[in-house]
Amino acid sequence: MITAWRSIGGVRWGWFIAFALVLLLLPLVYETHTPTVLLIWALFALSLGFMWGYAGILSFGHSAYFGLGAYVYAIAAVNIGESTLPLILAVFIPACVAAVIGAMMFYGRISDVYMGVMTLVVSLIMFKFMNATAGDQYAIGAARLGGFNGMPGFPTLNVPGAPHISLWGVPTYYVCAVSLLICYLLCRWILARSFGRVLLGIRENETRCELLGYNVPACKTAIFTISAAMAGLSGCFFANWAEIVTPSVFSLQTSSDVIIWSMVGGVGTLIGPILGAMALGMVKLLLGQQTLINNFLVFGFILIVVVLAMPRGVIPSIQYWWGNRSRRSRVPSNGGRARRRLTVKPAERS
Amino acid sequence: MDYAGVVFLEIIYMIAFLALTSAGLAVVFGMMRVINLAHGEFVMLGGYTTLTCYKAGINIYFAMLIVAPIVVGLFGLIVERLIIRFLYGRMIDTMLATWGLSLFLIGAVTMIFGSSAVNVPTPISGYELGSYQMGGYNLFIIFVAAAVMIGVWCVLRFTRVGLIARGAMQNADVASSLGYNPRTVYMITFTAGAALSGLAGGVLAPLTGLLPTSGGAYIAKAFITIVTGGAAVIAGTVSSSVIFGVISQVVSFASTPVIGEIAMLALAIVLLRLMPQGITGRFFKNST
Repeated sequence: MITAWRSIGGVRWGWFIAFALVLLLLPLVYETHTPTVLLIWALFALSLGFMWGYAGILSFGHSAYFGLGAYVYAIAAVNIGESTLPLILAVFIPACVAAVIGAMMFYGRISDVYMGVMTLVVSLIMFKFMNATAGDQYAIGAARLGGFNGMPGFPTLNVPGAPHISLWGVPTYYVCAVSLLICYLLCRWILARSFGRVLLGIRENETRCELLGYNVPACKTAIFTISAAMAGLSGCFFANWAEIVTPSVFSLQTSSDVIIWSMVGGVGTLIGPILGAMALGMVKLLLGQQTLINNFLVFGFILIVVVLAMPRGVIPSIQYWWGNRSRRSRVPSNGGRARRRLTVKPAERS
Repeated sequence: MDYAGVVFLEIIYMIAFLALTSAGLAVVFGMMRVINLAHGEFVMLGGYTTLTCYKAGINIYFAMLIVAPIVVGLFGLIVERLIIRFLYGRMIDTMLATWGLSLFLIGAVTMIFGSSAVNVPTPISGYELGSYQMGGYNLFIIFVAAAVMIGVWCVLRFTRVGLIARGAMQNADVASSLGYNPRTVYMITFTAGAALSGLAGGVLAPLTGLLPTSGGAYIAKAFITIVTGGAAVIAGTVSSSVIFGVISQVVSFASTPVIGEIAMLALAIVLLRLMPQGITGRFFKNST
């Protein structure tokens, strides 16, 4: 058991338990509607930040898998009438789609920019298609896709095996919170495996990794698939939270939001995208309540400033500053250790 | 027969539309390898500039052909000085910063002009082709697109400025050792690209209507057009405009416009998979 826990390298258990306790105790003191959606966005940002920060793959259209998760869940829930199988499908189908698209991109050895275009175009295709599905002829089983107006009125999450006990409010919050924590540990576990080490190698130098004999396209396809599965899960939760799915889940804004959250929080860490999504998600909700300042203006400005002034993001900058401070105080007494720590890249110390 | 004529004109119009909206992005990407994701918003700004001038009583042709490119070009110059010049060589960061800029501009224009759609009246009336009513203004757009393409080609091919630009594009180090500061070349190139975007926005404004978010409609199409076109500015843009214009309009006439657009996007994915360096990475290699 202990070795199993140890094998999840890099988790600072003190911080993790403190964070988990805050999440789990929050419903006692605060309403859960807003925190639930923040957790969902955090999970979505984690899915992108994991792939972007550790494998160096930036998807400009990650909303494709988020939206696919939401739509698959809604369609399957209408047809099946309970939520267990739809939940599994909402993870599985985005993963399959991502595996196909990822294999096409990575085995084709397409460079960064072209990959950005392709991921963006995939999300645009889905957005355009879903917007055009108004009318009775666009239906899958009993589920009408509904075009621009989206799909309301599908069954929300229920206790597995008991379709009549549906979850809403606090239980949904806990489902999202526990899913986020599990996904975080899963990412940490993957990073501690040799597969995770290869991913870091690909991020640093793809050619060298390839020459060392690793199958780079397969590894990239795998991480793309894992990330899409997580995005699909967050999309499924989002559908449950909003109780309606509209084509806007595929929109450019959804993609840009998640990139901004991850970027501001800090790419190259796992906690950065999570905290970035929660903080900026809250800002987004607050800005949505007033009409004086447009929220595009604010987020665009934040993104420009962060790219120019703090390209590593907020959390890594704090960690770096903190590490510098404590290192400087240690240098006189423990020079050897300080020198060793200098060789650790700030991006990996999350 | 009339119907064939209509389809033909619509195809030509679509090609012109793609070439015109991609020209600014193509110049910037082809010369500097910088992807400007705020390109759509530059086009949108051109449209709003035209609208403002028109409301102030300025002749509409003067507004769209002269004022819009100058205003957006100057704006591009400011953007280059404030943002882009710090990010040369960092492609992904440039994309992110310009994406931020695009959101910022959407927000700013929404706050200034409001979020409802506005129209600039079409200065050319329609005509009849057999039993079909056609927009006369489409012909004007085709004419402008052709003029822009030929104009950019001539500048790059026959003038000293174009020679320097092509030199800096091929090898920045050699150009700089010959005394041409690549930074200055980049600055001028970005300004020119922005001006072309402004021109496209001004010319297209009467036809498409204006919304703060209408930049999104241009950026995706312009993006796939230039990336599929590849490195050569004119040959790449024209060849991929022709391919995408034909496919999109033919499929649109056979089914619906939405399916036509989806077919165009799907074709872009396939083409990029087959030719990761774009069309001009494989054909017309030594063209401009």
